[in-house]
Amino acid sequence: MTVLFYLSAIVAVVSTVLVITRTRAIHALLYLIVSLLAVALVFFSLGAHFIAALEVIIYAGAIMMLFVFMIMMLNLGTEAACQERQWLSGGMWVGPGILALLLGAELVYVIAGGGLTAVSAGQVSPKQVGIALFGPYLLGVELASLLLLVALIGAYHLGRREALTVHPETRVAPASRRCDSGVSGCTLIDVPKEEA
Amino acid sequence: MVGVPAEHGLILAAILFALGLAGVLLRRNIVFILMALEIMLNAAGLAFVVAGARWAQPDGQIMFIFILTMAAAEVAVGLALVLQFYHRFKTLDADAASRMRG
Amino acid sequence: MLTLLWLIPALPLAGFLVLVSGGRNWSRPAVAAIGVGSVGLSALVAVAVGASFMLAPPQGEAYTQSLWTWMDVAGLNARIALRLDALALVMVLVVAVVSLLIHWYSAEFMIEEEGYGRFFAYMNLFVGSMLVLVLADNLLLLYLGWEGVGLCSYLLIGFWYKEPANGRAAQKAFIVTRVGDAAMAIGLFLLFNHLGTLQIQELLHRAGQQWPAGSGLAVAAAALLLGGAVGKSAQLPLQTWLPDAMAGPSPVSALIHAATMVTAGVYLIARMNVLFTLAPVVQSAVAVIGALTLLLAGFSALVQSDIKRVLAYSTISQIGYMFLALGVGAWSAAIFHFMIHAFFKALLFLAAGVVILRLHHEHDMFRMGGLRRRMPAVFWTFLIGCASLSAVPLVTAGFYSKDLILWQAWSSPAGGPWLFAAGLVGAFITSAYAFRMVFITFCGEPQPLVTQSSPLPRTGTSLAGPLVILAAASVVGGFVELPATLGHRPLFSDFLGSVLPSVRAARGSAATELALQVVSAAVCLAGIGLAYAMFLRQRAYAESLARSAWTRPLHRFWFGGWGFDWLYDRLFVRPIVWFARIDKNDFIDSLYQGVAWLSERCHRLLSRTQNGRLRWYAMGISAGAVIVIAIVVWL
Repeated sequence: MTVLFYLSAIVAVVSTVLVITRTRAIHALLYLIVSLLAVALVFFSLGAHFIAALEVIIYAGAIMMLFVFMIMMLNLGTEAACQERQWLSGGMWVGPGILALLLGAELVYVIAGGGLTAVSAGQVSPKQVGIALFGPYLLGVELASLLLLVALIGAYHLGRREALTVHPETRVAPASRRCDSGVSGCTLIDVPKEEA
Repeated sequence: MVGVPAEHGLILAAILFALGLAGVLLRRNIVFILMALEIMLNAAGLAFVVAGARWAQPDGQIMFIFILTMAAAEVAVGLALVLQFYHRFKTLDADAASRMRG
Repeated sequence: MLTLLWLIPALPLAGFLVLVSGGRNWSRPAVAAIGVGSVGLSALVAVAVGASFMLAPPQGEAYTQSLWTWMDVAGLNARIALRLDALALVMVLVVAVVSLLIHWYSAEFMIEEEGYGRFFAYMNLFVGSMLVLVLADNLLLLYLGWEGVGLCSYLLIGFWYKEPANGRAAQKAFIVTRVGDAAMAIGLFLLFNHLGTLQIQELLHRAGQQWPAGSGLAVAAAALLLGGAVGKSAQLPLQTWLPDAMAGPSPVSALIHAATMVTAGVYLIARMNVLFTLAPVVQSAVAVIGALTLLLAGFSALVQSDIKRVLAYSTISQIGYMFLALGVGAWSAAIFHFMIHAFFKALLFLAAGVVILRLHHEHDMFRMGGLRRRMPAVFWTFLIGCASLSAVPLVTAGFYSKDLILWQAWSSPAGGPWLFAAGLVGAFITSAYAFRMVFITFCGEPQPLVTQSSPLPRTGTSLAGPLVILAAASVVGGFVELPATLGHRPLFSDFLGSVLPSVRAARGSAATELALQVVSAAVCLAGIGLAYAMFLRQRAYAESLARSAWTRPLHRFWFGGWGFDWLYDRLFVRPIVWFARIDKNDFIDSLYQGVAWLSERCHRLLSRTQNGRLRWYAMGISAGAVIVIAIVVWL
């Protein structure tokens, strides 16, 4: 198990690095999925089987699919990749790199210096998780469902405008048209160009 | 099942978190920023699960469930916003939305 | 009758208020009626009060009328209180009567000028302030009157404000007297601080008890008050403002700069005589200042060509005589000379005013001439005034007053031959320049300006009346104080004896006194003779003398008032102007502006951090997190 842990840890780190350095969106996404799967294996090696399964199903399954649909819809193709390459020039790495490094170093320092050399003890079965969910954490569950409902409504509302296909020729300059949601559906209204 | 030091798990979580942060700061494309954000959330959840496994209690896993729920909700709304963003600015450059400045 | 005392200053002040509120819109006769009337009523009340005082003197030879409390704070109980004693009565009568005559004169004189109402308003305010000054019971009220007359002097010198030179002259007068006023204020602080009161009688009493003669505090206080007196009375070293103050109208020069305001310093010293007696050093300084000033001004008057400037320097010189008298302890002689001087100097200024007016505001004497036949009334009154100024023996009042001073200068314990000699030389120069004025202006051949302006209109009653009255006063005014050699009737000194201590002769006998009188009479006539020779008979010789190489610089030096203007300009004016120029942007203010500038810069700097970019904010958050964790972990 420990070997599994360390192996999947290495895979996770490597694929994460690749995620943040890819220029094509789909590639980065796929590496992200790999990273998530590796983390699921890490969960498994720690004895958290239920969570490993959830990670795969929900995170790598549902959430990443959302990303895939988004990328498909936005049609990020070759010229987007070129754009990304431009944006990822060498000098860009300095600031973020230093900050991330510092943060990581601090966290590692805190963790390592904490003196908690404890060993993980046994696995936690799904049954225990279920009992805890319907027991002490019942309120949290209800709130989480509320949150999901809110997200559903919000996403529906915000995304609803994309139901319209705007003809390229009638497309005007940005920030000069506004969508007004009436009873009969979405209509585009011309608004006077605001001051920048 | 036995023998993985908890701190190594936490260190893994810290590294993933730092990488996610680097991604958020580095990338200009909003979709990539969201992806890096997911990495960070995942790393935080990993830390919870490691802690729960160390004490052999389900609380860590439950926390991870909640984080997962929240991540799902956030991604849903966030991606809808990204679509709006794209339709407004015709680009996915995060720096394009900088009118709240001064 | 004495309870009407408060009306004396109140009436002119009321006239001022009335004229200030409405004088612009009323007709000239109405304004003149109010302006002259208020002073006239005040003079009437003054005469009535004076008669009552002299016929039935109140208890302690003084009458105090307390009106209300001005302020009562921290031990200073200053009341608006008027005190009438012999000295104050003399001053009040002179000020009120002479002011009345001058107001009457100016009703006609200023008839053509715009700002008629303004003129009379200021004049009334002046008379009110002067009366407050001389009637004040405490030094604070006196200082109020002091400042009031200074203000009116400024307003009236700069009356024709459209001409910038007049404004400058007014500023100069105000600023130079301010120097003296500041010294006086410090003197008041010192007196109050050590003696605990500013009420004059009480103060002098305490000073006499607490301060030994010659003590440092007495010297300091007396010196500071002397500073104030020197400023107001235009003595050395603050005399530079008076010649330039002739920029104002002639009635103003007559009233303020001849008869009343400039004598405020003399009054102050006479009033505080106890203090000066306690500080003999300062008193000798007074005498020396008086002697030097009378000589300095006399020489300057000898070479002036502007008729009013001659009279201005003459005023400075005559006040020098008063200071000389005060300095040797001849208090009553100084006040006597003040009274006589008020008469003849006002007369001279008013007469000169008529001449200037008729010749279309021409001031240069050398452009006049031959006015004797054309303006006879003015000529005769002017002649009488000059005779009194020169102290022509026996027939003029000036003789009695000046002679008294010269005799006291010789005989008083604080006097001596040197002071007497200074006074004598001064007398010679006085008669020389006085009759120089007469001969150049009125006698001789008329210059083109005069012939073109002829025939000159007849001098009206309002103009001639005051001249005649003052001329009469200049002749008979001296008979109230006959010296020992001529009948010994010192009525004036006796009257003032209740307030001003008399001086005992320390040297010289009656015979010496007679000899000295003869000498001074001879000197006066010699001066007249010199003027006659130089300016009537041998005019060409005089002119060539003035133009010769070795007299030219002397002439210029005396003409410029012995270089004081030049000196003050170099010493004070230029450095201050230079400093004001480099401080044009107010470098102290720039400190505060710097604060504003700095905060604006910081604002700009910080605004740049709000650039609206998402990743920048994320960077900020993470940097903050890093720093906070670092602080928590390592500190």
